[in-house]
Amino acid sequence: MFIKEYFSTIYRSIKSLLTGMKLTGYYFTHLNKIKTEEYPDNRATLKMADRFRGEVVMPHNENNEHRCTGCQACEIACPNGTIKIITKQEILADGKKKKRIDSFIYHHDLCTLCNLCIVACPSDAIVMAQTFEHAVYDKKLLKKILNNPDSKIMEGVE
Amino acid sequence: MNHTILAISLSSIANSMHQSLQALLGDGFALTATEMLIQGLSLIVFLVILCFYLGWMERRVAAFMQIRLGPNRVGPQGTLQIIADTIKLLLKEGLTPNSSDKFLFNLAPMIMVITSFLVVAPLAFSKDFQLWDINIGILYVSAVSSISVIGILMAGWSSNNKYSLLGAMRSGAQLVSYELSIGLSLISIVILTGSLQMSDIINSQSNGWWLFKGHIPVIISFVIFIIASTAEINRAPFDLAEAEQELTAGFHTEYSGMKFAMFLLSEYINLFIASAIAATIFLGGWMPLHLGNFEAFNHVMDFIPGFVWFMGKTMFIIFIIMWFRWTFPRLRVDQLLNLEWKYLLPISMINTIFITIIAIYGWHF
Amino acid sequence: MKLLGDDEISEDGEFIINMGPQHPSTHGVLHLKIWLNGETIIKVQPNLGYIHRSIEKMSESLSYRNFIFATSRMDYLSAHINNLACALTVEQGLEVEIPERAQVIRIILSELTRLASHQLWWGSTGLDLGAVSPFFYGMRERESILEIMEETCGARLTMNFMVPGGIMADIHPDFQRKTKAILSQIKTNIKEYDDLLTGNVIFEERTKGVGIISKEDAISFGMSGPCARASGVSCDIRKWFPYSGYEKVQFEEILETSGDCYGRYMVRMREMLQSVSIIEQLIDNIPEGEIQAKTKNVIKLPKGEFYQKVETARGELGVYLVSDGAASPYRIKYRSPNFSNLFALPQMSKGAKIGDLVAIMSTLDLIIPDIDR
Ligand code: SF4
Ligand code: SF4
Repeated sequence: MFIKEYFSTIYRSIKSLLTGMKLTGYYFTHLNKIKTEEYPDNRATLKMADRFRGEVVMPHNENNEHRCTGCQACEIACPNGTIKIITKQEILADGKKKKRIDSFIYHHDLCTLCNLCIVACPSDAIVMAQTFEHAVYDKKLLKKILNNPDSKIMEGVE
Repeated sequence: MNHTILAISLSSIANSMHQSLQALLGDGFALTATEMLIQGLSLIVFLVILCFYLGWMERRVAAFMQIRLGPNRVGPQGTLQIIADTIKLLLKEGLTPNSSDKFLFNLAPMIMVITSFLVVAPLAFSKDFQLWDINIGILYVSAVSSISVIGILMAGWSSNNKYSLLGAMRSGAQLVSYELSIGLSLISIVILTGSLQMSDIINSQSNGWWLFKGHIPVIISFVIFIIASTAEINRAPFDLAEAEQELTAGFHTEYSGMKFAMFLLSEYINLFIASAIAATIFLGGWMPLHLGNFEAFNHVMDFIPGFVWFMGKTMFIIFIIMWFRWTFPRLRVDQLLNLEWKYLLPISMINTIFITIIAIYGWHF
Repeated sequence: MKLLGDDEISEDGEFIINMGPQHPSTHGVLHLKIWLNGETIIKVQPNLGYIHRSIEKMSESLSYRNFIFATSRMDYLSAHINNLACALTVEQGLEVEIPERAQVIRIILSELTRLASHQLWWGSTGLDLGAVSPFFYGMRERESILEIMEETCGARLTMNFMVPGGIMADIHPDFQRKTKAILSQIKTNIKEYDDLLTGNVIFEERTKGVGIISKEDAISFGMSGPCARASGVSCDIRKWFPYSGYEKVQFEEILETSGDCYGRYMVRMREMLQSVSIIEQLIDNIPEGEIQAKTKNVIKLPKGEFYQKVETARGELGVYLVSDGAASPYRIKYRSPNFSNLFALPQMSKGAKIGDLVAIMSTLDLIIPDIDR
């Protein structure tokens, strides 16, 4: 019986090895199954998922107006101090004082892209952009001011 | 035979070169020296280019099996990638660890490459085109190729690295044991042919390759030869000496730059040699495929030059060995020895007996 | 005893090598100091701390909404499940009712995470044992799962999608269609996996009878997850302490008895099919409704202690939270599955070969950042 076992072991082993080779051979001969994305070449057609979190941006409309009220909810919501909001007092036409943002500073290098600030913002002033090529040579470039220069708050946003 | 084919064969080129050199230098030492130089240089150039190609082929084969594309940027279909890699390796700093045995450390890669080059000598690339048709060709191949274990042990020991040492020890055990199966497989053909000379072995296959003529025992010894030579040249699934996931890079952990490239070179030359020998002794070397009495078919086959036949067969076996590598997991060190001593060796011994019987009674075709 | 092996040979003439913190076989920065006799392992000593980021301490200064994000970085392959554990702990304190829809989506995402994790594990097991191709096949299927995650959660690895009270956003319109497509794909792929590794004689030789740990030892080391189930310990949190609606789905707790590498491998392979069947039960019946329960803007938990355990892809993750009534936790402690599983390694690898150690490590499926936190 030893002999029989010996040869059945050999038979089973060879069979299992050939099964494996059949699979790799299948893929070798079916080149249409290749999954590689030739990344820098397919830049033009590459589309990220619409919810992809690339970086925090503040959309402005054509009149250079944003929706940020400077309430600092996002700054509090951010777990790692990525957002710094500097506010200023603005005197309105009717003489009232109103808090406005001076600059919305966003440290992209600190951001974990956790989406908490977006969720926290009561006036939907910030969104996630689907950009992804963020590498720069100078770390300073990752500190961004999200509100455009001379931008104003949109009418009707409180 | 078809004379137009012979007219452009490699052997005729060699002959005409020999004659013109003879006319130029006369018979004497100068002729021999020049011819040896030319032979050596062309061999080195051929093998280096071949290894470039094999490296590229391996990466593409691996990539296709792994649903990837592989290198396809440098040159058409990535064929020049390997040149770019060579330039990179040349420009790298060749580090020698401080506490290593510097002489042996630098000698080891040389030994590896030199042994690899040496083994190529008796290979017949085409009809009458052979560096050295020594009458103990097979014996020479198996004797010289086993020197490479010294290179590996030397590399592992002199690096003064524990991983390297373990790798070298593993490969020592591995090469010594698998040599037996290789030897027995070679012997099976030697028994059938009655000669150790490469050209005799090839000529004995003019009416059919041994793989087909020798019934099942030769097929068994062919399979054993492929398995054992995969182990002998340290390739997966027997790449225990470098076992990346266990020993980082095994015996060549400490090597970098050109010295590392030499190990790589010798690995690919060894791959080529093992496949070429299998092609020569089992698949008829440069002999074209002849099918019994199909004259027309045989005639067409004769038109394909012998060199193409030889390389085609070799490449086929190389592909199979690469296929192994990209499919199977690695064996453990004790299982490796188990496989040899419990399975391959007894089987090839019994197989040798069968082949002897076949040879004695002349049962082969 | 010196910690690092600068001593070549120990007093007993044993050969000491250091595997890691940078080594091709450790999926991270784990340092193993190994005493060898030839190729045979006498003793293994894991050294930790190379990737300690003090997530627990950090959480003490973050609000209850914020501390969750960091847990994606513990066991990064079960990010959803980690986040879920934290969210559940906070919800325990809040005593809110989680909408049905959110619960179902949570389970689906957890199971997708488990599938993705097991696929990556399958690939890297093949890779560790020397077969490179499985890695790419495993990655291929994982990739399609990650694409779903990316569409719905916006990230591929560190999702941070679970918030106290529910989930951050509703599922993507394509979610159901794509998930269903993947499920059928995975079933055929598992067959391929079997062809390539499971039945392979070399693989069987490498894993059967290697790294055995008995049921008693598994319990006393506190192992959990597939590693413990391979030794016959019934410990699936989803069955024993159902959370987030796992009590409503039908699935089997996979148990093997061998306790060796092959057993651990088989448990995970069979678990994949269970995950597929869980998702199949739910994917067409996602109830309509809210995705978040109403919670206050600033969450404050009542004074007290809260404990929640979940089944991650690697075992039992426990979140222990002490609240002093403030807006951030007083203390958080994570009981991570990998930490306990790792410390069975010395026991398993006694008398094994170096090659076995690699097999054992890869079937333990260690994620080093989860051990150190
Ligand atoms: S995405 Fe997260 S880390 Fe980044 S700014 Fe928003 S809250 Fe902060
Ligand atoms: S971005 Fe939103 S949350 Fe942040 S300050 Fe502006 S309005 Fe407030």
